[in-house]
Amino acid sequence: MAIDWKHYDPAPFFDELMEGPGQPRPAARAVTEYLATLDDTEVQERKQAADSAILEMGISFTVYSEGENIDRAWPFDIIPRVISRREWEPVAAGLKQRMTALNLLIDDIYNEQRIFRDGVIPRYVLEQSRNFREQCVGIHPPHGVWAHICGSDLVRAGDGQFHVLEDNLRVPSGVSYMLENRQVTKRVFPELFQDSAILPVDEYPAQLFDMLASISPRPQEYPEIVVLTPGIYNSAYFEHSFLAQRMGAELVEGADLMVGDDDCVYMRTIDGPERVDVIYRRIDDAFLDPEAFNADSMLGVPGLMRAWRKGNVGLANAPGAGVADDKVMYAFIPEVIRYYLDQDPLIPNVPTWLCSDDEHRQYVLDHLDELVVKPANESGGYGMLVGPHATKKQRAEFAKLIRRDPRNYIAQPTLDLSVSPTLCGAEVEPRHLDLRPFILQGVRTDVTAGGLTRVAMRKGSLVVNSSQGGGSKDTWIVDEED
Amino acid sequence: MLSRVAERVYWMARYVERAENTARMVKAFNLLTLDMPRTMQLSWRGLVSVTGYDAEFEARYQREDERNCVKFLLADDDNPGSVLSSLRAARENVRTTRDLVPSEAWEVINELYLYARDHIDQGITRRGRFEFLSEVIERCQMLTGLLAGSMSHDAAYEFIRLGRNLERADMTTRQVDIGAMRLLSDQDEPAAPYQGLLWASILRSMGGFQMYRLHVKRRINGPDAVRFLLQDTAFPRAVAHALAEVQSALERLPRNELSLRLVSQARRHALNADIDERIADGGLHDFLDALQQDVAELHTANQRTWFLFAEQAPDAA
Repeated sequence: MAIDWKHYDPAPFFDELMEGPGQPRPAARAVTEYLATLDDTEVQERKQAADSAILEMGISFTVYSEGENIDRAWPFDIIPRVISRREWEPVAAGLKQRMTALNLLIDDIYNEQRIFRDGVIPRYVLEQSRNFREQCVGIHPPHGVWAHICGSDLVRAGDGQFHVLEDNLRVPSGVSYMLENRQVTKRVFPELFQDSAILPVDEYPAQLFDMLASISPRPQEYPEIVVLTPGIYNSAYFEHSFLAQRMGAELVEGADLMVGDDDCVYMRTIDGPERVDVIYRRIDDAFLDPEAFNADSMLGVPGLMRAWRKGNVGLANAPGAGVADDKVMYAFIPEVIRYYLDQDPLIPNVPTWLCSDDEHRQYVLDHLDELVVKPANESGGYGMLVGPHATKKQRAEFAKLIRRDPRNYIAQPTLDLSVSPTLCGAEVEPRHLDLRPFILQGVRTDVTAGGLTRVAMRKGSLVVNSSQGGGSKDTWIVDEED
Repeated sequence: MLSRVAERVYWMARYVERAENTARMVKAFNLLTLDMPRTMQLSWRGLVSVTGYDAEFEARYQREDERNCVKFLLADDDNPGSVLSSLRAARENVRTTRDLVPSEAWEVINELYLYARDHIDQGITRRGRFEFLSEVIERCQMLTGLLAGSMSHDAAYEFIRLGRNLERADMTTRQVDIGAMRLLSDQDEPAAPYQGLLWASILRSMGGFQMYRLHVKRRINGPDAVRFLLQDTAFPRAVAHALAEVQSALERLPRNELSLRLVSQARRHALNADIDERIADGGLHDFLDALQQDVAELHTANQRTWFLFAEQAPDAA
């Protein structure tokens, strides 16, 4: 039996492919009609072809459990998520706008601090920020850019409108899976690529290289670019190695680098020390340089901050860039965009209540059973209260926590994330998903066509993390004009 | 090429070679015990001495019986040179350099380690030993062949060749040493009639029995076997040949002056020695020791030049 779209009902959620049972959105017509021509066996064959391509290409992520690292095959759903180009273009423009404002904000924070003087953001937001780095004050990195690579998480609510859920300005990951998902889909559904105008995604590594080259301290030379990884035990090691290979850059660990008496960075090679111009670092600030930050870091490079401060090496992302991605700062980003760019934000935030504000706090306390409460400086869902799923006792505890330290908490509505048809066993069922596009900023700004779609494979679940049973989909931006 | 990566592939090659040689040694010795008459006591403990880990053995075991010795040589975590420890270390080194070696190489070494780990008990028992060791040797050879046939012969490959042949030269001198110590020194003991058997066994352990017959064409005897294993330039496990391989790998690496000088010196020592005279004056053991010393110095030089150079900050270089 083939997939019968008449029996597919995503209600009450917004569906990425279907407007209603039997009614595909225009951009998704080609793919849904094609899928309906396949019988069950053919669908399973495509699924198996995808699984074996993933194994063969070695697409994996690392999970640490019971003292051993296990490489797991990347979980992937063969049914792509489709967005029309007309719908995507304003989103891409909105992401560029946001990225530009975020970098202006970070540069301001480490230099003049106008935005606090002008009262757009209250000073306490900075004071309580865990990602503010004293060591970065007064530094002017090239082009005024601190966050060169950003992965912003977008969600679509019931009305189909994209919202920014969070910005990841430290070491966002996932882009390699976006690229590999496309490779796998091309193998599994080559026919569809012949007939539709799907925007390519594979120029990302070249764009990343050019962006990194644009922050080299020796612009006249061919830049020596390296990817700095914490090593094979890191869950994103696959991506570090993938990006290094695609850029033709050396994949290094902290011990491979050293800072000379001339305050330049060198890597230890069999030919002797070689000068390094730009480091795409995939290590957190705290571990970057034991001289400047965490003194017992074994992962970092002593003296790196000294070299960076003197402008002898480019660091992407710059240390301290994370100051703009904590959850309280997030609430002010629409205002930040208006303040620096004098423009209205093109992509809205998810509505956010700040518990530091008396009115907001009262609202949050009155509606704890409807809201998600998040602490300002935790990530990955730690220390969170999901109102509708919490017990009375948990809500009471959170009310106490909020009253004790209101500045540390924000609240957002529980989101009815959009869904998309997903192959679950033999059936196609709606599953919730989000989208992480990647934005690059150096001299110029680029946004990926689409991004990484992460999907919660369990029915009703909103958890899209790959370590917790999340999967992924190829994301197509389709040009309908053709 | 990064120094760290060079060091890892170099050690990967050394560990694989060490695992293979240890397996070969135990296998050959095992066969020898079957050939020897009951009255001739063969010392498994001597085998442990060949590896140079006497102290580790003594710390671990009271009784120097076959079971303990074999267990120590094959399975012990406390013995960094045991087959299992070597394979584990080799696997860790490949694991961290997977971008450089063909992915099949990772699969072979990974499966080899898992096989050895899961069948190690079989290797310790007399009955399963032969099959277990043959399997380990075969898979080590498979890995070597796979690298030779499918990896670009770039700097990383030269570090692999360097590591493999250095380890091989070292292991061969050790195996010659055991033969020398046991039998050459006391010609008139009742062991004398079994000299041929013992040397055949040592040759066999290096896969050199057939090649010896082809090229030496004489009844197997101590002096000829020693000459063959130290000075033959064509047999892959002979010291002279392994050192020539080391030299040829070194010639293709940058900043090789010190290591090249040391390998030429080691080759001269191996080739110029008058084996008969050494046997006659009882100096063979010391000579083998000196060769091992040459190899160790060469290793230290390699390490200084390519792997550590912590002292070589750019301004000092």
